Amino acid sequence: MSTDSRLDTSKVATSNRTDAATASKGSPAGSLASWADDRLGLATAMKKNLRKVFPDHWSFMLGEIALWSFVVLLLTGVFLTLWFNPSMGHVTYEGSYDQLRGVGMSESMASTLNISFDVRGGLLMRQMHHWAAMVFIGSMMVHLLRVAFTGAYRKPRELNWVIGCILLLLGTLEGFTGYSLPDDLLSGTGVRAADGFLKATPVAGSYMSFLLFGGEFPGESIIPRLYIVHVLLIPGLLLALIAAHMLLLVYHKHTQWPGPGRTEQNVVGYPMLPVYAAKAGGFFFMVFGVIALMGGLMTINPVWKFGPYDPTKVTAGSQPDWYMGWPDGLLRIIPSGWETVIFGYTISWNVMIPILIVPPLMLVVLMLLPFLESWITGDKRDHHLLQRPRNAPTRTAVMVALMTFYGLAWAAGGNDIIAIKLDASINQITYFIRVAIFVGPVVAFWITRRWCISLQRHDNEKLLHGYETGIITRSVDGQYAERHLPISGSSAYTLTARDRDEIYTVAGDTDAAGVAAPNSRSEKLRAKLSSWMYVHNVQKPTRAELEEAHHHAEHEAQLQSGLDHPVDGHQFDDHQLRNTDEVPLRDH
Amino acid sequence: MRVLNRTAGRLSRHRRGPLAGLAVLLLGLLVSGSLYTAFSPAQADSQASQTDEVAKGKELFLVSCATCHGKNGEGIPTVRDGYQIGPSLVGTGAAAVDFQVGTGRMPMASPGAQAPRKKVVFNDEEIAALAAYVASLGPGPAVPDESDYSIDGLSEAEREEAISRGGQIFLTNCTACHNFNGSGGAMPRGGYAPALRGVEGKYIYEALLTGPQNMPNFSNGNLSPEEKRDVIAYLGSLEDTPEYAGFTLGGLGPVSEGLFAWLVGIGGLVGAAVWIASHTTRTKKDKVNA
Repeated sequence: MSTDSRLDTSKVATSNRTDAATASKGSPAGSLASWADDRLGLATAMKKNLRKVFPDHWSFMLGEIALWSFVVLLLTGVFLTLWFNPSMGHVTYEGSYDQLRGVGMSESMASTLNISFDVRGGLLMRQMHHWAAMVFIGSMMVHLLRVAFTGAYRKPRELNWVIGCILLLLGTLEGFTGYSLPDDLLSGTGVRAADGFLKATPVAGSYMSFLLFGGEFPGESIIPRLYIVHVLLIPGLLLALIAAHMLLLVYHKHTQWPGPGRTEQNVVGYPMLPVYAAKAGGFFFMVFGVIALMGGLMTINPVWKFGPYDPTKVTAGSQPDWYMGWPDGLLRIIPSGWETVIFGYTISWNVMIPILIVPPLMLVVLMLLPFLESWITGDKRDHHLLQRPRNAPTRTAVMVALMTFYGLAWAAGGNDIIAIKLDASINQITYFIRVAIFVGPVVAFWITRRWCISLQRHDNEKLLHGYETGIITRSVDGQYAERHLPISGSSAYTLTARDRDEIYTVAGDTDAAGVAAPNSRSEKLRAKLSSWMYVHNVQKPTRAELEEAHHHAEHEAQLQSGLDHPVDGHQFDDHQLRNTDEVPLRDH
Repeated sequence: MRVLNRTAGRLSRHRRGPLAGLAVLLLGLLVSGSLYTAFSPAQADSQASQTDEVAKGKELFLVSCATCHGKNGEGIPTVRDGYQIGPSLVGTGAAAVDFQVGTGRMPMASPGAQAPRKKVVFNDEEIAALAAYVASLGPGPAVPDESDYSIDGLSEAEREEAISRGGQIFLTNCTACHNFNGSGGAMPRGGYAPALRGVEGKYIYEALLTGPQNMPNFSNGNLSPEEKRDVIAYLGSLEDTPEYAGFTLGGLGPVSEGLFAWLVGIGGLVGAAVWIASHTTRTKKDKVNA
């Protein structure tokens, strides 16, 4: 293709209608774009994607917080690598912080202190990096909750859900390796705990520990190894998976809330350029700004107060960062005596259950949620319209039960701080959570499901009887009643834009010849689960019910007919009568 | 010289006299007696006032302390073996009284997991009287002098060294309960290690000496007086050092950091997302619903 045949976009024609159009002088930016496009051919690729439409809702921007805080992590992380020295070589600190001068420590601790006190802007960068890590994982979790509560993980997005779960796991590991690098008293305690967890693994434990530490704990190798994992291995995986996550997002197109004009086949919203480019770009600066303010104003991990790691020391308030708090909480509440001795070897259930069994199990359960749901429901259709949490009561309740479990384990991880801040006994808190961690999720499940079903009933009431106007009328025989008015057509559409739930039933155990149907046992289980999931749900009204309700509502509409303004309530009382002298207020 | 020699010679002639021994003895007694009077802190009238102080202390003790500690400070056991309403104070010394009463922990307002620090109910004179009375029950650590816990007498270099040494002693012996920042920590069954920030050096020294409530006793064989002084110097230096990194969030470690990450970070940014989504594109100034 020759360049002649193409439109030269660097020149824009000007005309004042009466004169012939003349080509303006090419702008430098336009010429540059043409030059680049001739060589890279980006215009064709961009033409479509820059106009890609995204729906607009605040909850669709939660994942964006994670993305932008990851960018802040990359920027501040690069700054820190310029001065951080990941070495366990022993030095005597001679820097600016008085209280530690003359104290022996590893080079990684000394360089962390150097970044904090002697590198210009270093402390701000360290604190921003750490706060950004906390926000990164926190925003991944609220994004995960949004996706789960709205059913956005249904087909075709199950694999993107799995990628998201792996991102959460990798983010947690990345956070832990970063937390361990300064080699201060707190992080050393954390690494020591990790060593204990490895060693609690039956048979392979001590081999794994020796492999990781290059010999007996702590050795000389752990910091350089964690460093390369922290700055190369996991960030590389994170970047690749974030790219895959977003490519799948573009490929699947974003989900949207149901509403007039929104179907499973379209996306209603604004184009990438200029609307979302501006919104997302602006949001990046807000994320950066909030993290910069946090880094500038709020202390995080003051390593100079912890001092260098020394296995003989420990401090009260030794906790992991918040995202590792819940396994720590499980570890804190499990009875300490749960151990089995087999042939002289101790199996430490008290470490294995809270650290090596439950957290990986929870992650697997999380990843399987969309697959379990689609197996139970038998729903293999694509879904691009979101569900309101109330319209999937069982799913919503399962998520709230999982959150309750997480929250209680999380609280147990801070039991000492809760004890001193609320003047409570740490023993009583522990006993309470030991029971609540089993009872709480069940209670939360039941309350949430009933709550959702009540909200479904409320929606049906709005559809059939209209909304509550707040206008109270009194009938002639003295009865008070609240007047309901029909909701708008678009609201009614939005409320009814959902499928009816179909309980799966097994056709028959045996066929005509008396041969058992294949998979009948699993099919029976599936039918049972499907019934458990759907049987209490309230279905949307049928067409006949709606029509009858509309007929009823016509009477209400008549009362409004002839008015050029919406009802304010006085149409239904005797106020108008009061203004006329001829008519008495009441006939007595 | 000649005069001195003659005098010495004359005295020397009497040195074997029958009254010489008696005269030397009297002279010696006179000299030592007057020296003692001149230099001894325990003068006759001070002795009397100390007795008065102990008597006054006993009076206060009977009113405010004896209910739990017994009329002679012997302690009162409960019917359950090993439990007591108040422990024996014999041998706890003046330092323990100065710490417990001086910080308002005693007299206890009500029985509980631990006596909290509260408003001090006795004045300095009364505390000294109580301390004198309890000290009279049996030998125990005395109230330390300011020179015991102050580093004011040291040179600049020695002070710096004392502070960094004190920091390491603090991290080894104290932070397990009192936290790296001296913010305090939890102990079993509702007990707690109180916050150390802003506590006077004297009380920290006394607590180390006497081991109040849940705290172990750090005897001078365990932590030498200089090491105790260095810990106090380190804690004092934290008060004088600005908080380089901003608000400390309670100085409690990762739990409070996590709380603020969620409240300020996630809370603020979700709020920002709601704000951005509610301000969508428009060509006119009037608000539109997308």
